Amino acid sequence: MRKKKKFLLEFLRMLLLLFLVCLFAFILIAKSPIDPLVSYIGTNSTLSVEAKKQIAEYWGLNDPLPQRFLTWVVNLLHGDMGTSITYKKPVIQVIMERFSYSAILMLLAWLFSGIFGFIIGTICGIRQGGIFDRIVKFFCLTMKSAPTFWLGLMFLVIFAVKLGLFPIGMAVPMGKLASEITLADRIHHLILPVVTLTVANISEVVLYTRQRLIEIINSDFVLYARTRGENERQIITRHVLRNIALPAITLQFASFSELFGGMALAENVFAYPGIGTATTAAALNGDAPLLMGIALLSAIFVFSGNLIANLLYGVFDPRIREDEA
Amino acid sequence: MKGKKAPVLQVNDLVVAFSMYQRGFHKKNLEVIHALSLEVGAGEIVAVVGSSGSGKSILAHAVLNLLPKNAVCSGDILYKGESLDSKKCKQLFGREIAFIPQSIDYLDPLMKVGEQVQGVYGTKERQRELFEKYQLSQETENKYPFQLSGGMARRTLISGAMMHHPDLIIADEPTPGLDLDMAMETLKHFRDFADQGTAVLMITHDIDLALNVADRVAVFYAGTILEEAPTADFIAGKEAVRHPYSKALIDALPQNSFTPIAGTQPYAGNLPSGCLFADRCIYRDEKCVGEQKMRDVSGGKVRCAHAT
Amino acid sequence: MKKTQRSFLNRRVLLACFIAIAAIYLIGIFIWGLAMNPNDYAVHYENKLLSPSASHLFGTDAMGRDMFKRCIKGLSNSLVIGLLAAGFSSVVALILGIASAVFGGWVDRTVKLLVDLCMGLPHLVLLILVSYMLGKGALGVTCAVAFTHWPGLTRIVRQEVLQLKSSQYVQAAYRMGKSPFQVALHHMVPHVLPAYLIGLVLLFPHAIMHEASITFLGFGLSKETPAIGVILSESMNYITTGKWWMAVFPGVMLLLAVILFDGIGETLKKLWNPMSGNE
Repeated sequence: MRKKKKFLLEFLRMLLLLFLVCLFAFILIAKSPIDPLVSYIGTNSTLSVEAKKQIAEYWGLNDPLPQRFLTWVVNLLHGDMGTSITYKKPVIQVIMERFSYSAILMLLAWLFSGIFGFIIGTICGIRQGGIFDRIVKFFCLTMKSAPTFWLGLMFLVIFAVKLGLFPIGMAVPMGKLASEITLADRIHHLILPVVTLTVANISEVVLYTRQRLIEIINSDFVLYARTRGENERQIITRHVLRNIALPAITLQFASFSELFGGMALAENVFAYPGIGTATTAAALNGDAPLLMGIALLSAIFVFSGNLIANLLYGVFDPRIREDEA
Repeated sequence: MKGKKAPVLQVNDLVVAFSMYQRGFHKKNLEVIHALSLEVGAGEIVAVVGSSGSGKSILAHAVLNLLPKNAVCSGDILYKGESLDSKKCKQLFGREIAFIPQSIDYLDPLMKVGEQVQGVYGTKERQRELFEKYQLSQETENKYPFQLSGGMARRTLISGAMMHHPDLIIADEPTPGLDLDMAMETLKHFRDFADQGTAVLMITHDIDLALNVADRVAVFYAGTILEEAPTADFIAGKEAVRHPYSKALIDALPQNSFTPIAGTQPYAGNLPSGCLFADRCIYRDEKCVGEQKMRDVSGGKVRCAHAT
Repeated sequence: MKKTQRSFLNRRVLLACFIAIAAIYLIGIFIWGLAMNPNDYAVHYENKLLSPSASHLFGTDAMGRDMFKRCIKGLSNSLVIGLLAAGFSSVVALILGIASAVFGGWVDRTVKLLVDLCMGLPHLVLLILVSYMLGKGALGVTCAVAFTHWPGLTRIVRQEVLQLKSSQYVQAAYRMGKSPFQVALHHMVPHVLPAYLIGLVLLFPHAIMHEASITFLGFGLSKETPAIGVILSESMNYITTGKWWMAVFPGVMLLLAVILFDGIGETLKKLWNPMSGNE
């Protein structure tokens, strides 16, 4: 019972925080000197002052900020996030279309970096100081410092331009009719962005797993397990994996924020039509409604990651799970 | 005590040093145990007694080949006459040799206690039998270490050690956290093991409790053993023991005059070159300057030029 | 006591050497870029799109500008922004972190809320929004990088001070009638400072990388300013035609700077950690 209540409180706290984050984002966007009106009608428009005023009135640009935010929230609750200036479509539709592209990209990169990162990190930790460990550690420390967009550029230079193995960008072949696009086409276009995002995220996982594993190997309870006659393999399978899996998975959920940022950069390099390219387009064009919609989406994304991370500990760590007696 | 059979555990001239950085860029070897020799025979309990911080736990870890990588270890450690190297340890651990660690931190926090007591060689039946013997309820096996009280944790660790009737038990501080009854109970278990032929090396800071069960007591001070003598001598009083530090220890007991001894134990790294106890000793004179060798004096061993 | 001085070049000495060399390299780039004559990276149409050679180490771009000089100047610009951002963030973090830990109560809750707010959006989105609010450009990117890097360091400072506050010797100092200011000066600053400085150094690589990222996306330094982000963004138009050097070298320079900063920070952390004495 108490746990349920605790979870509910945590959930409410997150909702409140989400509301505040939205308010914060709204203020940032609303206070921008970039006038959405100008971006809508263009700088050298011949529209009369009268007409401009009318549009501003219609958008509620003249209302005080709190009221504008309130209107936005009320509309949002009715499923209306405004109309994107850039794409001339309802924001919600733009986001839905684009997020499906980004979601598959992030999901794959997230899974690959998590699974392979964990496996590689474990091997490195076990063979600490060996050749494999040294090479991987050097690689990870380097990749950790490499900007995601530059990684993407390098993959583009090597695999797309020099070797010609993959297309230069986009999600589907250019000039092909929508009906002719096959799944293979899509996968072919997805590979480089996914690889980029995976490589950008994997070093964190590898280094973290490796570090935790070394800590656990040197812990008192592994020492005791040794005196009980457990061999290295048994120590790894019985104690080490058990103790590193949960924090590693939790970390993977808590890193949604970096994943989103990396996705945005990778998409821009590969001109991949997802949320990331929409973000830059929206911000460059002064598309306030879309920008606000994306801010909300990204905040929900980060929050759900954090919420899942917190929940995982509650469910899988006996120290927290059974701490109610 | 010395029969024809080799003692179960024999430690000769053990030296343990840690290489570490001393402020700034100088690397230095810090010797924490020096010239330590010790024997434990079958059916015998030997208590190594010393104050906290004197390096007693390192002794246990050194014997079991569990020292961290920056430790340098020399001297012989023999198990039933054969060198106890890490390969040998791996064969014997969990079956012939058992270690009872000093705290609950030595149990995997995420594994149920029952499973940990069974270890890799044990069986559920034996574990249940032991839990019953040590008055641990049936539900205990499904608990996690953090749910155990100090006494339960101690009995759990002892159950783990008893899984296979070991020939050698090394117990590191088995009594702290236990009330007097429980502590006595624990020590009684040790006595039972010994009476069944197990050799027990017990490392403790509680000389009073140790005197209740041990056959011999070794006084540990600043990284080595100053005196080793039958328990009877320690019970007999300060006149019967040989080293001034042992005498002081007996004086410091509650049932005696309860007088503490002035000064502090020298810390590894700036030990005096001669007798380690010299700066706190009332008998100090020129004989104490050189290194003090272990000498046989009336049925015990002692490192003191004045002992008779 | 055996005193083995196995070799003079033990790990600590090597690490110290690494820090020194890395610091000299970074400061060198910084000063060189600051003092550089704008003519060095001026437009020379007759030299456009040259591949790397002895006279143009990194080749030239579409306007014939020397890429090597542009990179140095760009990195130097990044370092300036990094310095401003790190300086601002660290002051904010120090004030908020200490206030949060010392006063507790609603102050602590407010600071935590602020931190959560800042971490509620993906860092990159927040950077874009702040830069957007300030109308993009150099001001936008500098402020964006400066305003978004304090939460992590605030947490570190808060944690350290909280730990100290409950420690026995600080409690004892209070009992002995020392004023809070004296306690802060004599007992807290010396302990918080190292963790703080290390956090500050580790902030640098993030600041530089984020500056480059949002400049690359077009929200940062203007197209005319030499900046790694701008250079790489321009290179996108040429790499499809095989002008690989335009993307490779500037990125490597950026990568190197980030790695070195990161390396300095992590090394200091290692040396400061008392456990590093064991080896």
